[in-house]
Amino acid sequence: MKLKPGQDSLLAVASFATPALLLFAAFVLLPLLLAAGATLTNHRLVSPEPTRFIGLENYQRLLSVKIATVHGVQDADGLHFPTWRQARRQQPALEGYRPAFSVTVGDTRVVLAATDPLFYRSLINTFVFALLVLPLQCGVALGLAILVNQKVRGRLFFRTVYFAPVVTSMVVASIVWAFMLNTDRGLINELLRGLLGDPNAGPDWLGDSHYALPAIAAMSAWQGAGFQMLVFLAGLQSISPEQYEAATLMGANAWQRFVHVTLPGLRNTIIFVLVSTTLLAFGLFTQVDVMTSGGPLDSTTTVVYHAVSAGFKQQDIGYGSTVTLVFFMIVLAVSSVQRVLVAKGGKP
Amino acid sequence: MKRWQTAALAMLALPALAEPVQIKVWRHDTGDTEMSAGAASVERFNRSQKQWKVVVEALPQGSYTEAITAASLVGQLPCVIAIDQPTVPNFAWAGHVRALDDLLPHAAVERLLPGARGTYKDKLYSVGQFDVVLALFSRRSQLNRLGVRVASMEQPYTAQEFRAILDKVKRQGGYRFPVDLNGRAKGEWLSYAYSPWLQSAGVDLIDRIGYTRVDGILNSPQAVEVGRYYGDLFKDRLAERNPADEHAFEQGRSLFHYTGSWKAREYAARFGDDLVVMPPPDFGRGPKIGAGSWQWAITRNCPTPAGAAAYLAHLVSPREMAELSRETGLVPASQEAAALTRHFRPGGDWRVYFEFAERYAVPRPATPAYPAISAAFEKAMADLRGGKDAAEALDEAVEAIDHNVRRNNGYGFTVKATGAPQ
Repeated sequence: MKLKPGQDSLLAVASFATPALLLFAAFVLLPLLLAAGATLTNHRLVSPEPTRFIGLENYQRLLSVKIATVHGVQDADGLHFPTWRQARRQQPALEGYRPAFSVTVGDTRVVLAATDPLFYRSLINTFVFALLVLPLQCGVALGLAILVNQKVRGRLFFRTVYFAPVVTSMVVASIVWAFMLNTDRGLINELLRGLLGDPNAGPDWLGDSHYALPAIAAMSAWQGAGFQMLVFLAGLQSISPEQYEAATLMGANAWQRFVHVTLPGLRNTIIFVLVSTTLLAFGLFTQVDVMTSGGPLDSTTTVVYHAVSAGFKQQDIGYGSTVTLVFFMIVLAVSSVQRVLVAKGGKP
Repeated sequence: MKRWQTAALAMLALPALAEPVQIKVWRHDTGDTEMSAGAASVERFNRSQKQWKVVVEALPQGSYTEAITAASLVGQLPCVIAIDQPTVPNFAWAGHVRALDDLLPHAAVERLLPGARGTYKDKLYSVGQFDVVLALFSRRSQLNRLGVRVASMEQPYTAQEFRAILDKVKRQGGYRFPVDLNGRAKGEWLSYAYSPWLQSAGVDLIDRIGYTRVDGILNSPQAVEVGRYYGDLFKDRLAERNPADEHAFEQGRSLFHYTGSWKAREYAARFGDDLVVMPPPDFGRGPKIGAGSWQWAITRNCPTPAGAAAYLAHLVSPREMAELSRETGLVPASQEAAALTRHFRPGGDWRVYFEFAERYAVPRPATPAYPAISAAFEKAMADLRGGKDAAEALDEAVEAIDHNVRRNNGYGFTVKATGAPQ
């Protein structure tokens, strides 16, 4: 066969691509299609009863929302809100709905009520986690990469140390961090007490609904940053030293060199790191499963955690599949938007 | 000829006469002391008569209840099973275990403490040899140092008093978390330990008349008050939400430990006379504690109920209960048995536990809905620890239990149409 330069043999393309495509079909495409099929049924993990086709019932249960307002009652002790059960007695249309999220303004409380409030809580938590972890993890990774790119003695040692958490099992890291974050005897609170000189200092990291998710985000950033550090390091080393020399000759200081040479040189690396870190953040599961089991007050439950407990703990595979498929669509949309934004930014 | 025939017949018949009928028993593996005490008891039964032979099989403790549930579904249960008392009504309702009223001698059952009996709809389905009790442990020297009185059965701490003591101990005593509420224990512990607080306040998990009404009981003002009390202990950092270990009391990091009598031996050995064993706080109707531990039941498919009943009667005889208590330190389940032991006889050093069991014990509601009730209550307690509003948390538990009871058509009790709209 005669080939022109730059043209590939079809056979070669096919034989290179086939193994990957086969694996993709068997382990990604096929499960995806099976899950899509399961969302339309009441498929159970273990059940003597046959699986039935139930149409869009799973989607309805997952997505139904209503906005309700609840009025507080003023009495001698101050303002009181009725419990959800009491409020629902007055509004029969809310039967089957439970509060997912609420905002209180004066004596009125606006409640987002859903048939599966845990899904909306999980969705909000997942996005909050991504927003917390993305700047933290990427910032730390870039800082570390610049540090270990300096010509100092023993930098190989530091590279290894910073990368070590990445190769540590997430379960092990989570257990160790759960001990470090313990209220009474944890390393972190002991340090805080030492610094502040107050024997009662230190928040209840994993037991307080305000701190649990940020604590998990910090732990995840620590665990994951080493990988992004390596990617940044490769990017840094591809910037030619001549550019820095030229900048120095033109009188640029260290900060100006960073902004005008390093950051533009890392543009593609940064895009890759941001997109991949976002996707990893959306998959948050192990830390939650080991450290908090979704608590306290559902403040750390995530969509993946919700899907796993629906599918395996409650043995409702049909519903668990629905959660994952809807979440897949959301993640697909988010990363498409991210790509479009990045592509636009690329063409000045 | 005739003599020879008789001899041959006798030889044929002999094995049948000599071979005792086997009775299969399943129990959960609870560790060496209890297992060897149990094995010795079986040995005494097998030697005491020739008709029956008990064969015990031990199953892993963690998955034991699941194992007997699975076996019951496929009809593979042995003759006698060990069973956790709160789950007895559920098994009785499903028809897996049989009533013991006509099988066991009346006198033997009469003597047992309420916590050693498993009933459903006024019928007896299981009997136990021992009970465990809840207590508030503390140290005399530390209480004296802080000027806090020692509670007694005559004068227990009231809930308000206990709360004030905890505040004082935290302020003055140098304890970061003055009370250890056994925060690492999960599952049934929460219902076992905290539903007595409700009962002490005059309410309950479910209305025990008819066993179908939860609304207005579990979310009544008194129950909400108890829920708030419990939640505030964590909010005000008097107890730790997620302790790192279970040794806060013995290492002096907390002054009080609310836990079960299973700690008695360890704490007595460690603190000696300094240890004080006090009743739990009183929420208005006197202290209450949970009752009912592991018991024995005879299954529906048991081919030899008479033999199984003979074995159970052997187990709940005062001598056997005293023997078990001697070897394990568990609280014997009758006056007669207690009188036979060194620790629990009147004047014995552990008599106080037996008196708690006698005076304060309230069995958990005898309804097949109990597993569902317990799960909903556990979730409510977890939410209260996290800081949820008590009325909201208990309302949610009421809804979950109501839903479960209705889906199961009242579990054999008549659901009254109350007409109350949801």
